[in-house]
Amino acid sequence: MKGFILSFRSEFYKTRKTLGFWGSIILPLAITLLAFVAIYNKSDKFVNMQPMMLWVQFSMISLGSMGTLLLPIYTIFVAYSVNNVEHKADTWKTLFSLPISRWTVYGAKYFYAFFLLFICMALFTLLNIGFGNLLGVLKPELKFNEYHMEKELAQVFFKLLLSALGILSIQFLFSLLWADFLKPMGLGFVATVVGVILATNGWVYAYLFPYSHPMAAMKSMIKEQHGPASHLDIDIFTKDVYVSLIVAAVVFVAGYFIVRKRSIK
Amino acid sequence: MVIRTEGLSFSFGSQAVVKSISLEVPEGSIYGFLGPNGAGKTTTIKMLLNLLNPSAGSIRIFDMDLQSNRISILKQIGSLIEQPAIYHHLTGKENLLNRAMLLQVSEQRVDEMLNLVQLTAAAGKKAGNYSLGMKQRLGIALALLNDPKLLILDEPTNGLDPNGIIEIRELMMRIVKEGKTVFVSSHLLSEVEKMATHVGIINHGKMMFQGTISELQNINQPQIYIETSSSVDAANLLKRHHIAIGEIEEDHLLVPFTSKQQIGDINNLLVQNGITVFGINKQHKDLEKLFLDITKSN
Repeated sequence: MKGFILSFRSEFYKTRKTLGFWGSIILPLAITLLAFVAIYNKSDKFVNMQPMMLWVQFSMISLGSMGTLLLPIYTIFVAYSVNNVEHKADTWKTLFSLPISRWTVYGAKYFYAFFLLFICMALFTLLNIGFGNLLGVLKPELKFNEYHMEKELAQVFFKLLLSALGILSIQFLFSLLWADFLKPMGLGFVATVVGVILATNGWVYAYLFPYSHPMAAMKSMIKEQHGPASHLDIDIFTKDVYVSLIVAAVVFVAGYFIVRKRSIK
Repeated sequence: MVIRTEGLSFSFGSQAVVKSISLEVPEGSIYGFLGPNGAGKTTTIKMLLNLLNPSAGSIRIFDMDLQSNRISILKQIGSLIEQPAIYHHLTGKENLLNRAMLLQVSEQRVDEMLNLVQLTAAAGKKAGNYSLGMKQRLGIALALLNDPKLLILDEPTNGLDPNGIIEIRELMMRIVKEGKTVFVSSHLLSEVEKMATHVGIINHGKMMFQGTISELQNINQPQIYIETSSSVDAANLLKRHHIAIGEIEEDHLLVPFTSKQQIGDINNLLVQNGITVFGINKQHKDLEKLFLDITKSN
């Protein structure tokens, strides 16, 4: 455990000055700020909207952009950036000759990539709640303070985080195996586009394809309700999320053995 | 023995890169691991650090089996393999602090290492902006950070200017005085012969020679160096008198040495036949030539 914590801290120390780390802060900040500015400037259009719908409208700017293309692309980028630090510095051989178990080194790196995604999603949740409430204060005619959906927002972003883990494991392995930018990014991008097409067209088996999961998670997030909706009921553990978690676990374990077998160049 | 391998072999697919190598590195030695580029030096070093798994054979370091004692052995080893592994976006000191964090070494030790490799003044500069020599010195500081008992350096002077080479050589000699063992690979004998106590010569994955520097010199057959007014006439004359010729050059020839008397006899023979002798003496081949002969003989 000690080795894991030390490796995890070292990952933070190494990447704290890179775009991979700052991306997890800048991305949610930029998108929620954009949503805030958009609603603030066009507040007259939203005056007659129900408080719940107002929150949905506001948070959908983040959720919509993340759920469709940004989350898979950002996940691909995170997986690339944590491994690229080592490729660029040619430090794999040093990392794996440290007196720390190889599983620990590999695991800490993967969990650091997961941590960056977690930070990104947590910030999305907090900033949506923060900016929504700020809009309620600055524009009292918008009835943001008459409805609260902190829990639902946290649930949705948590669901999105889980739905991205399959992609994270696959891309993490690609980025470990290939030192260049184009192969993992190119493959990931093509797979994402295919995933989005499959999920939007409602292909029956889209839930089995990891790159469709963020989009599928968005589509499956609201539990079926009868009659007019007075609140949102979020369904986190849908079949696409389960598949994402299974793919994540299997590829994570298999990835270690693939890397181990390939040895160190 | 600090390092002892038996029948160590490694293959990339069907291509055997290291063939049954038995290394013996005594404690407190500077072991020069020599061989031309592509001889299998780096592959052997990677096996010693458990980065590659041998196809056959065993590795014992500090009298412990490497496979089953990986972590406790690696705790006592510092290494520098090929190019120094340095994060270019971090400063020299940050590179050391990052490693110190992983090895749980104090910041004071980081400062000591910076001082040892004379990088204190450049500690705050991004490592990407360091010169090759500075990067190499930083790599050595990283390798020494955990105060290792065994230092494994793979071609540490690659790309360095003569001053840099001398600095690293002096650094290694200082380290050995502290009771540590240094295992250093190189493709140039001249680079390690001034400091190495022991030498292993590898070529095409096979160990060609292993022993002390003086043992290497002993296998070096002495020769008689003869400088005359005409090397060709002198060589023909000696051949007619059944004296074997080792090598003929325009300005000199070499004859295998058998005894002191033989030098006098050859001198008389040449002078009596009208060939002027400018110089005649016994000499050893230089080690570099010997190294080339050993690696070529495979």
